[in-house]
Amino acid sequence: MSKRPDGRKVDEMRDIEAKVGVIEEADGSAMFRIGNTIAVAGVYGPKKVVPRHLEDPEKAILKCYYDMYSFSVPERKRPGPDRRSIELSMVIKNALAPAIFLKEYPKTQIEVFVSIIQADAGTRCAAISAAAMALADAGIAMKDMVAAVAAGHVNGEVVIDLNKEEEDIEGTSDIPMAYMPRTKKITLLQLDGKLPNDKLKAVMELGTKSCEAVYEVEKKALKEKYTPAESE
Amino acid sequence: MIVGKEDFRKYVLSLSEKGKRVDGRGFLDYRQPIKIEYGVSKNAEGSAAVTIGKTRVICGVKTEIGTPYPDRPDEGTMIVTAEFAAIASPDFDPGAPGEKSIELARIVDRGIRESGAIDTKKLCVTEGEKVWLVFLDIYIQNHDGNLIDAAALAALAALKNAKFPKLNEDGTIDYHEHTDTPIPIVKLPVACTITKIGKNLFADANVDEEKISDARITITTDENGTINAIQKGGEDGMTQEEIAKCAEIATEKAKELRKYLG
Repeated sequence: MSKRPDGRKVDEMRDIEAKVGVIEEADGSAMFRIGNTIAVAGVYGPKKVVPRHLEDPEKAILKCYYDMYSFSVPERKRPGPDRRSIELSMVIKNALAPAIFLKEYPKTQIEVFVSIIQADAGTRCAAISAAAMALADAGIAMKDMVAAVAAGHVNGEVVIDLNKEEEDIEGTSDIPMAYMPRTKKITLLQLDGKLPNDKLKAVMELGTKSCEAVYEVEKKALKEKYTPAESE
Repeated sequence: MIVGKEDFRKYVLSLSEKGKRVDGRGFLDYRQPIKIEYGVSKNAEGSAAVTIGKTRVICGVKTEIGTPYPDRPDEGTMIVTAEFAAIASPDFDPGAPGEKSIELARIVDRGIRESGAIDTKKLCVTEGEKVWLVFLDIYIQNHDGNLIDAAALAALAALKNAKFPKLNEDGTIDYHEHTDTPIPIVKLPVACTITKIGKNLFADANVDEEKISDARITITTDENGTINAIQKGGEDGMTQEEIAKCAEIATEKAKELRKYLG
């Protein structure tokens, strides 16, 4: 049994906190914190498409914007989009789109904005979990939820939810995953590192199992907002 | 806002004749709650979130080592940016910072710079060679009006909260280790914005009031009442009397807001 830097078990995620309804102006919003990573998502729409020639007569267009606060990382990041955030915005969109009944909202757009307020690895996964809750909070018709967490391969072992310290260990593989728990489909899978081929199955098993646990947290946060207080 | 702009303006004006505002406040009352939370982002040297009513703004401080300006070889510098992120309002569009976010950053910058809030001489590491650069990055989280006052307060609170990171012997910075040395703050400039609607002057306008306003003026004062920055905004003009009145109100209101800094 190798020790993880913060003493967690291989299948143990950091502590998670989720809250629905954190941005008053947005149609739907949520905060998702996992360890020291904090993501806040806001959803606007369905609304008119601008510019109008981009509208799709068949379905809604989903737009995602991932924005990392300049001071969310140890070394200041220039504010505004860069190549990394543009790619992440795209993979986040692809992770969420399969869960939404986009055909219910033709000729409209749904905008999802995610701010990373504090970063300690796993930000795209936290962004997806926050965004899925925000979409549900906005009342958008969904066929499933999306829950996300990064699996990894550190010091020869398959582990879940790397923090930055673990991610920086030589030879580590970082494997962010997003999963739809009802239809049991993986909607985001990326890897960078060196993963022995025979470990991929174990990675996916631990990843999806952990996404199920994240899904429970999401459900609870949504219920907290929408369950009326017990009347006497 | 559900009703049309014209009708809403008429409604605001008719209420004002009875001394009332749409949300029941007095003309010079700030919305409640007013809250300052410190240390909301742990990788920043300092950070703060300011809430005024439903408006919420986050500011974070980061530092780097850079070279000083030739005319001020023994002083560090400060850089303020603001992002009107589209997450905060249906009125904001994604994309590069527009004129409003740049204006806001520059008003906040002027208040801090001109008041001498940061003792920039203490940001000097080696004269003429190395000084600390202090970045103040402002993000709007929820826009329900009066972003300038909230942002200026958040910037000051984040500065007050900031500790230098560790500077290694070789001149590199260890951002994982913060020292106990605070960024030297010697003045507390607070911005207060007065909004003119018809002949009325309102403090802390909400977003609906801002949309039907004629003009706006921001006046930043320090704890001695010295004016460090003014920005007249909006499309209509203001009389000398109105501006003098606004200065009086802003100075008083700044005292109230300053108390929340603790």
